[in-house]
Amino acid sequence: MALTLDAGTAPDAGELRELFRLMVAVRHLDVSAIAWQRQGLIPGYAPELGQEAAQVGSAFALDLATDFAFPTYREMGVARTMGVDMAGYMASHKATWHGGLYDPEASRLAPIQAVVGGSVLHAVGWAHGQTLDGLPGVALSYFGDGASSQGDVHEAMNFAAVMKAPVVFFIQNNGWAISLPTEAQVAGGSVAARAAGYGISSIRVDGNDVAAVVGATRAALAHCRAGHGPAVVEAMTYRRGPHSTSDDPGRYRSLASERADAGTDPVDLLRERLLADGLADAAFIDAAWADARAEEETLRTAVAGLGSRPGAEMFDFVFSEPTDTLRGQSAAWRKESEHA
Amino acid sequence: MPDQLTRDLSRDSTERSTPGSAPDRDAEGPATRVLSMQQALNEALADTLEADPRALVLGEDVGLLGGVFRITDGLQQRFGAQRVFDTPLAESGILGLSIGLAMAGFHPLPEVQFDGFAYPAVNQIICQLGRMNYRSRGAFPMPVTLRVPSFGGIRAPEHHGESLEAMFVHVPGLKVVSPADPQQAYHLLRKAAGMPDPVIFMEPKARYWQKGEVTADPGSLDGARIARPGKHLTLIAWGAMVARCLQVAELAAEDGISVEVLDLRWLKPIDAAALAESVSRTRRAVVVHEGPRTAGLGAEVAALVTEQCFGTLRAPVERITGFDVPYPSGDLEDEYIPNIDRILFGIQRVLEYRRG
Repeated sequence: MALTLDAGTAPDAGELRELFRLMVAVRHLDVSAIAWQRQGLIPGYAPELGQEAAQVGSAFALDLATDFAFPTYREMGVARTMGVDMAGYMASHKATWHGGLYDPEASRLAPIQAVVGGSVLHAVGWAHGQTLDGLPGVALSYFGDGASSQGDVHEAMNFAAVMKAPVVFFIQNNGWAISLPTEAQVAGGSVAARAAGYGISSIRVDGNDVAAVVGATRAALAHCRAGHGPAVVEAMTYRRGPHSTSDDPGRYRSLASERADAGTDPVDLLRERLLADGLADAAFIDAAWADARAEEETLRTAVAGLGSRPGAEMFDFVFSEPTDTLRGQSAAWRKESEHA
Repeated sequence: MPDQLTRDLSRDSTERSTPGSAPDRDAEGPATRVLSMQQALNEALADTLEADPRALVLGEDVGLLGGVFRITDGLQQRFGAQRVFDTPLAESGILGLSIGLAMAGFHPLPEVQFDGFAYPAVNQIICQLGRMNYRSRGAFPMPVTLRVPSFGGIRAPEHHGESLEAMFVHVPGLKVVSPADPQQAYHLLRKAAGMPDPVIFMEPKARYWQKGEVTADPGSLDGARIARPGKHLTLIAWGAMVARCLQVAELAAEDGISVEVLDLRWLKPIDAAALAESVSRTRRAVVVHEGPRTAGLGAEVAALVTEQCFGTLRAPVERITGFDVPYPSGDLEDEYIPNIDRILFGIQRVLEYRRG
């Protein structure tokens, strides 16, 4: 029988202030990245506008000394919260290297994953490795409502439950899988509800409320760390932007419906709470935005300065032990393209 | 290496029970033994688990049952259920799990029960296993050896007799190998299991119960090997077709035709130098495989031979292969798989070829 998780420890005042600063940094960077694409600095980007609370809150709950996160291609807010080298992260969107140029091992963030649902099983395997090694690490697997249709997600949840793997399946249900709304994607309307079928503990939270997300994720991580097996957190949020910079949401939803469906802006929600509870003042808010702008300017320079990788790198990481065939192709490429 | 696993390993090792039946031993002593390929593979897995504390064996029914072909027989009893474990029945899950375990520093040896059951896992094999080292720029190497009971010949149901080598070989980031006999099976599996890159290990299931000598020193395990030297023509094969080609060579010898049999072994990386060396001597080549003809691995072999030996070739490279049809039912299996007559006809066409 599935247990229902109760929310864990909510963030304290200091943490809420830090969460706000992170969310503002992520918001500003996300909006800027779309501008970067329009300006030709990067060829494409998958915005996470509206998902700041879900991404920042969940990543904030991680213990980076032990845990490991498995992202999709829409986890900029997760990466920023985890302290990932953001120029290395944005390198993926700059088409410099598919997985990004950050160090995934040191960052505790797997390479960016473009196959929807592709890394969910990896999280289960990594988590089972923690069990075998007697380590306290928990895997945090990010995916969305669209990915929940993939067979791999079912296999991952079933494997994890059977093996009692310490993995948190963190679903950002943002209402849309490119053009398809959740009601046409998720039978039954809830991914968290499916957890019961696997005997997995689950919790569904307001994904726009960062305090709720932190609490739910902490509870799920603690559940896993205590040896109770996997957990599911479904953060209900809304993809306020397009699927990607190549998308045109006007073909499948109206501005009026966006305004009606988007709910409260997660950044506004936290700002109002901080002000109402006397945890921050206007100067703190302004400083957060000023810092975000400065950070973006620095990052923009770094991203602009990312040169292309040397062509020989095409061949360098195919194998740990390269084959003669590949060495031959590399040598031929160098001879004809670099006149080496 | 984490202490807990070491402790588990040492504990399990003291509780071992001898898997399988005792192998035959020949007059040359313990260094050379006669084993079936099933026994040889079983021992290779056992020796790998013994030597490498990070090695894991996983798959459907590989635990108590010992696998449907008994390749993992006795391993769970000997090494414990943490290191040899059954998974739920989902091949994509098995491969995805193995990738995650490799990211956590383990050396998984997953099994998919039959060749055709690798199809449900191709997304994980192609998009993930073959690319994780590349995507992560070497941060996450994938020391995963995927064992696939392969090819036909046992009157099995649909999807139990497929030849997937052309598909796997085409995927960047994978290495592919297929043993022809117990000696090759033991040593190539040990080698594959020790490699830092993903290896698709294609076991010729029709040869599981054939016995042969297994020696302590196998010689080089890189590239191809000459299974039988010859002068007039090179017959190129891998997996179960090597034994058939050796039969063909024996028959051809009765007619005074000296056939060299080249066991390709590694299908990726393919041993282009060995192809060139052999065919430059014999000047004629016939390649034999069970998989469909069009864009089969025989086409790659023919291209490599032609590129390297165009000036000395006396005839176009002949391909004796399966057909471009779904692998048929057992009743028609012998019509589909290259048989001795078809291979001999191919040899005859090459020997009788005249330009113009």
